Amino acid sequence: MINKTEITQEALSILPPIMTANNVDVFYGKKQAISNVSLDIPENQITALIGPSGCGKSTFLRCFNRMNDTINICRVNGEIKFSGQDIYDPKVDVVALRSRIGMVFQKANPFPKSIFENVAYGPRIHGLAETKDDLESIVIQSLKRAGLYDEVSDRLSEPGTSLSGGQQQRLCIARAIAVDPQVILMDEPCSALDPIATAIIEDLMETMKEKYTIVIVTHSMQQAARVSQQTAFFHLGELVESGDTQAIFTNPIQERTQNYISGRIG
Amino acid sequence: MPDYILSTSNRMAKRHAREKRFKWYGRMAIFISIAFLVFMFSAIIFRGASAFQQTKIALDINFSEAIIDPSSSRDPELLKRANYKPIVLQSLSNVIPGITERRDRNRVYKLLSAGAVFDLGEQVAEEPNILGKSKKVWLLASSEVDLFMKGKIDPNISEDLRRLKDRDIKWIKILQSEGRIKKKFNTTLFSSGDSREPEMAGILGAAIGSFFSLLVCFLIAFPLGILTAVYLEEYAKKNFLTDFIEVNINNLAAVPSIVFGLLGLSIFLNFFNLPRSTPLVGGIVLSLMTLPTIIIASRSILRSIPQSIRDAALGLGASKTQTTFHHVVPLAMPGMLTGTILGMARALGETAPLLMIGMVAFIVDIPKGITDVATSLPVQIFLWADSPEKGFVERTSAAIIVLLAFLILMNLCAVYLRKRLERRW
Repeated sequence: MINKTEITQEALSILPPIMTANNVDVFYGKKQAISNVSLDIPENQITALIGPSGCGKSTFLRCFNRMNDTINICRVNGEIKFSGQDIYDPKVDVVALRSRIGMVFQKANPFPKSIFENVAYGPRIHGLAETKDDLESIVIQSLKRAGLYDEVSDRLSEPGTSLSGGQQQRLCIARAIAVDPQVILMDEPCSALDPIATAIIEDLMETMKEKYTIVIVTHSMQQAARVSQQTAFFHLGELVESGDTQAIFTNPIQERTQNYISGRIG
Repeated sequence: MPDYILSTSNRMAKRHAREKRFKWYGRMAIFISIAFLVFMFSAIIFRGASAFQQTKIALDINFSEAIIDPSSSRDPELLKRANYKPIVLQSLSNVIPGITERRDRNRVYKLLSAGAVFDLGEQVAEEPNILGKSKKVWLLASSEVDLFMKGKIDPNISEDLRRLKDRDIKWIKILQSEGRIKKKFNTTLFSSGDSREPEMAGILGAAIGSFFSLLVCFLIAFPLGILTAVYLEEYAKKNFLTDFIEVNINNLAAVPSIVFGLLGLSIFLNFFNLPRSTPLVGGIVLSLMTLPTIIIASRSILRSIPQSIRDAALGLGASKTQTTFHHVVPLAMPGMLTGTILGMARALGETAPLLMIGMVAFIVDIPKGITDVATSLPVQIFLWADSPEKGFVERTSAAIIVLLAFLILMNLCAVYLRKRLERRW
């Protein structure tokens, strides 16, 4: 056990971070939602953002693919780099950025279209497939990676919304994978799912991290402990503590973290 | 068992009574509104149904070439305008005995509509080979005869109080005994334009005028309305300007329609010199009126499309425009179409603005395009309701029935479209 922890810590320090946030502040109008957060996201690892409701973890997650741009009154200060490039640089095309950094939302939100069309939409708008066969193989590949293909292979033309909640969420993961991103942001992907569907998705994340970097916001500390290698604890818009998951849960440095994981706040 | 969970307990009984009472209030409200509707529809149908029939008189017409076309030119224009009165009179006196005096002849001729000879002219112009032959032809009866045949003139009241005299009634009885006078389906109502004579008046001109106006209205209001709604809802930043625009759109929706008519009069007719009394101007004015309705309906539909759909597309790297036109607008389309059709249905029933731009003229010709002078169905109803001739009473109701039929058809279309397009996979 100790041995394994040492290896992951070592791995964390060796791998260069794929995304870095430096002194990020987020404001909704005059209200400051995030203050001065700095966090590195290591490549091909799962980073969990935990904290009580309203602590700003989702807001922080949405900074990574600039989804906050869609909220008029939202303003982001500071620097977020993706592969060394500041993503808030005016030269950066947000459309291209989001094709590199996919997102899975809290509530499964398949398009009211067929399963196939749901997955094919991304590759289509980004021109990733030259021919129909290419597109089909991308769709099948993505569904397989999301662990959904076996369940839906014979009904790809059925509406995506006819699937069960867990299947819909995996369809959304497949849809995000289809555009071949490097990072996948997950905003409480399991909060509306039953334990079995949750377990399936957690297993899926475990295999996905070989190819993708995952940042997940979760309410469930157990989930964070189960799936992530790095954990960041947010409280009242501040990053209280971040580091190796094992260390955070067994031996937190900050008192607030200690209080949260033992259930005294939140 | 505790008392309070029994429905017989005092508190529960009160609660149930309240619930029952409320249900009955609701039922009463529905009953009263339906009763009003039934009353309105039955009154209109009761009055208007008879207008779908028209009395006609059969005469054996001898198409004498010497009278109709003495020069043997066979020119259709001349044939149309030839003098058919002597021929008709001859046929009438063959059927009705004892009319030799000029006064009698003129009187018996009045049994027929003034339009009967025009019908003959049309028939001959279309088929000149009929000249020199004899044929049994059904001719339009006059409005008075028509009303009598429909039982709307009481022969027992004093002769001075009716335009149809006892002598006329005697002649009608003669025609009736020979089976030469009959009520037939009123094709004139659906095939001709307006006329001073009730029996010759039809709604086709007005219906086509309405159709052209609505076409212009749709072509202007639909794209403008949808684009405005999409821009305001999806693109525009919320600021003072958009708030100002929103308030103004809501105000426009509440502006009395006659004001739009005045606007059309002063801007489109007087300033831009567009042709008066035409569906072009009518349609533009109606589109101004429909525009706020379409914008408001479309915006509320766009607002009801869940944000999660937009997030999903944006999160995949779709641009704003791709998100809007690939996902949001298709989902909102059925609702937008419904809003548009309902707005158009309102425009179809609109009268006041059309009065202002001169679509209230007496127009006999059927319009062939959007720049021909025309009137519209509701204005036609207004005009006929204003006419003194008794024959127009039933025709007014008939025109109302036709207008209502169109409105119901449009609303059914809206329902069908909504059901059909609601979810497209």
